[in-house]
Amino acid sequence: MPSRAPRSRKPRRITLLVGTRKGAWLFHGDAARRHWRADGPHFLGHIINHLVQDPRDSKTLIAAVSTGHLGPTIFHSRNMGRTWQEAKQPPAFPKLPDGQLDANGLPARTVKHTFWLTPGHVTQPGVWFAGTSPQAIFRTEDAGDTWHLVPGLHDNARYRGWMGAEQDGTPDGPKLHSILIDPRDASHLYMAMSSGGVHESKDGGWSWSPLVAGLAVVEGFDATNIGFHDPHCVRLCPSNPDRLYQQNHCGIYRLDRPATTWVRIGDYMPKKVGDVGFPLVVHPRDANVAWVMPMDGTLVWPRTAPAGKPAVFITRNGGTRWQRQDTGMPKTQAWWTVKRQAMTGDSQPTVGLYFGTTSGEVWASRDEGRKWACIARHLPEIYSVEVAER
Amino acid sequence: MQVFIPSPLVSYTGRRQVIATGATLGALLLDLERQFPGIRFRMVDEQDRVRPHMRIFISGAQVSDLARPLGPDDTVHIVQALSGG
Repeated sequence: MPSRAPRSRKPRRITLLVGTRKGAWLFHGDAARRHWRADGPHFLGHIINHLVQDPRDSKTLIAAVSTGHLGPTIFHSRNMGRTWQEAKQPPAFPKLPDGQLDANGLPARTVKHTFWLTPGHVTQPGVWFAGTSPQAIFRTEDAGDTWHLVPGLHDNARYRGWMGAEQDGTPDGPKLHSILIDPRDASHLYMAMSSGGVHESKDGGWSWSPLVAGLAVVEGFDATNIGFHDPHCVRLCPSNPDRLYQQNHCGIYRLDRPATTWVRIGDYMPKKVGDVGFPLVVHPRDANVAWVMPMDGTLVWPRTAPAGKPAVFITRNGGTRWQRQDTGMPKTQAWWTVKRQAMTGDSQPTVGLYFGTTSGEVWASRDEGRKWACIARHLPEIYSVEVAER
Repeated sequence: MQVFIPSPLVSYTGRRQVIATGATLGALLLDLERQFPGIRFRMVDEQDRVRPHMRIFISGAQVSDLARPLGPDDTVHIVQALSGG
């Protein structure tokens, strides 16, 4: 398959879907993507881990919603956010009698929050997948109203061991994310767990196999233990679904299937910047092009822009050469960073890139990262930025 | 009986005080769910445990056991723990 697919023909209107620690905002762009109209807050005071449009109908939105006090839930909109309805059955694990184990000898679990949302295959309208904390996959067939556990992971003692206990995960709880669907085959999925590695399913998520060869783990730990692997963000190239990119806790990687060993392309990043980060974006039509947003992963892991100088880095050749893109960004004393769902791109003829910062700013580039402009500030900490195109 | 609803859950009930019935706390919460769909899961998880930052008081005494019997003169206060951020 060629690495560059045909160019997008017709420009579409862009709306940015921004999920934050205190609510959601929609930013409606003009045709030039120069001016943005704020619409929000939606769900003021709620934690929005992910807010995603259904590209199959261009009007359904699904939001992963929780608060610091209340249990997690899902809201959906059928009209691009004008009205919202709560899911009749949000993601929830099976109930077990107090203190008892399930038929597989595994303990009861509780969904702390939904972390990730992925619309299903184009041939399966209404199907979506949700990744939760703790790690599990839920599926809906009615566009987000009722969610059902996909049992392949939850019931698998080996996988439950790799997921670890709550204290083994990130400070906000272990997560399942990066649910990817092969556009050629609805039953071919990938997903990633922080912690717990990258995995592949060929049967729609009922069974999974690890896909971690070549990935590093934290120094001193055993890379053969799947539970030590911490993928931060995995992306599949729409123009070449056999190519995956990954931003990992321990570097940037590329995998060209059917190979099963990841190649550390982060070794080609500038040494003083390093190859630690959270988000990664792939070009919609050129599988050789990807962007990352590095962060400081030294010593105590400050998780800030390296040296307080934020920048996006682009590769145009599959990862063996990287170029800094920071025109328009602060040159010094900028200590924010970008979370794994908080950077994305559109599919316009000249790709637009967008990211949201931990300091509540939204930045946009209309020219594939060459120049950047801050289009919103003073928002709460941003957890996710996604593009809706109409 | 009278049930006092915390402000984060008023989006379900539309008011701070509602009437619900049940012989136990668990039954009362199911009656709330019947009247206000979705409200129970925000307070009680799928393993029937009161969520960590929710507090339920029955006639002034904090209760987390859903099997706790309720009398006709009991009042139920549902509050969220004092914490911020």
